[in-house]
Amino acid sequence: MNGSVELSKIDRSIINSLQGGFPVCDEPYAQVAASLGISEAKLIARLSKLLDDGLLSRFGPLYNPERLGGGVTLAALKVPKERFEEVTELVNQHPEVAHNYARSHALNMWFVIATESPEQIDEVIERIEAQTQLQVFNFPKQKEYFIGLRFDL
Amino acid sequence: MNKLLDRYAGPRDIEVLGAIEEGLPLCERPFAQIGEQLGMSEDDVISRLARMKACGIIRRFGLVLQHRPLGFRANAMLVFDVPQERLDAAARAITAHDFITLCYCRERHLPEWRYNLYCMIHGCDRDIVERQIIDLKESAQLLDFASQTLFSVRRFKQTGARFSSASHSELVQQ
Repeated sequence: MNGSVELSKIDRSIINSLQGGFPVCDEPYAQVAASLGISEAKLIARLSKLLDDGLLSRFGPLYNPERLGGGVTLAALKVPKERFEEVTELVNQHPEVAHNYARSHALNMWFVIATESPEQIDEVIERIEAQTQLQVFNFPKQKEYFIGLRFDL
Repeated sequence: MNKLLDRYAGPRDIEVLGAIEEGLPLCERPFAQIGEQLGMSEDDVISRLARMKACGIIRRFGLVLQHRPLGFRANAMLVFDVPQERLDAAARAITAHDFITLCYCRERHLPEWRYNLYCMIHGCDRDIVERQIIDLKESAQLLDFASQTLFSVRRFKQTGARFSSASHSELVQQ
C-alpha cells in the first residue's frame, strides 16, 4: 500500500475479521480473540489503539436509516470551479450531509444526505439550493442490490 | 406476532441504539455495561440487538475503517444506463465481482443524467481500479450500456453513520 500506514499482521487479521461482523453475546471480545488465537486483553488493546490512531472511525453497529424511519439520498451539484471552496463549505455545514466527494465529471460534487424523516430530505435540498444558488440533483435510491463495503487488507 | 417480523424499533430499542452509536464499550462485557447505563439487564440488551440485527434495522455489527489512511485512495463510482428489464441481471453480474463494494439503482435525472445503475470500487491504486473496471464491463456484459466512471478527486467529509444526532445514515454508506 503506497504512502499509507503499515499495519501489523495481527491488526490486519483483527480488521479483516471484524469487518465481517461481531458476535452479540455476553463476552464477544473473548469469542473473537479465541478465533484469532490471541488474548481478550490484547484484542481490546489493539482495537483501542486503532481507534486512537484514527484508522477505525467506529466500532459498533451500522444502521439501516430507512428502517428507523429516516430518509437518505445521494445528491450532486455542478459547481463552477472558482466557487468550489465556498460551495463545499456551504454544503458541509449541514449536519445532514454525511459524505461529500469531489468527482471527475460536470456534476463535480457528490454527497449523501441523511435525515430523521424522509420529508426532511427536500427541506435540506431547498436550503442548499437557496444558499448556493445552484440546482441540487437528487438521486433517490430505487433498489439496493449490494452493500459490502469491506476492505481486504 | 412473531417478534422477528416486527421490523421497527421501539423506544427501548432506540435507547440501546443511542447508547452504542459512538461505538461499543471496549471491555469484557460491553452489553452488560450498556445495560447498566440504561437500567436494563445484559440479556435484554443482547436480545434487543439480536432482534434488530435479524430484522435488518442493524445491517451489520463490526468496524468502520477510515479507508484513506489505510491506503484506499482510488474510489470510483461507475454508473450505467440500463433499461428496466435488464437491471436485475446487470446488477447480479456486477455484484458477482468481489471488488465491488456497493451496488444501487437510482432515479435518472433527464436530460442531464441518464444513468440509473451505480456501483463503487474502492482500491489502493488507480491503475488497478481502471483494469478492474475494464474486466467488469467485459465479463459482466455491460458494454452495451452507456456508462461513466467518476473517480473521487478529493474527500471533504466522511462522518459516517450517526443515529440519534440530526443525521443518521451509513456510509452508506457510500
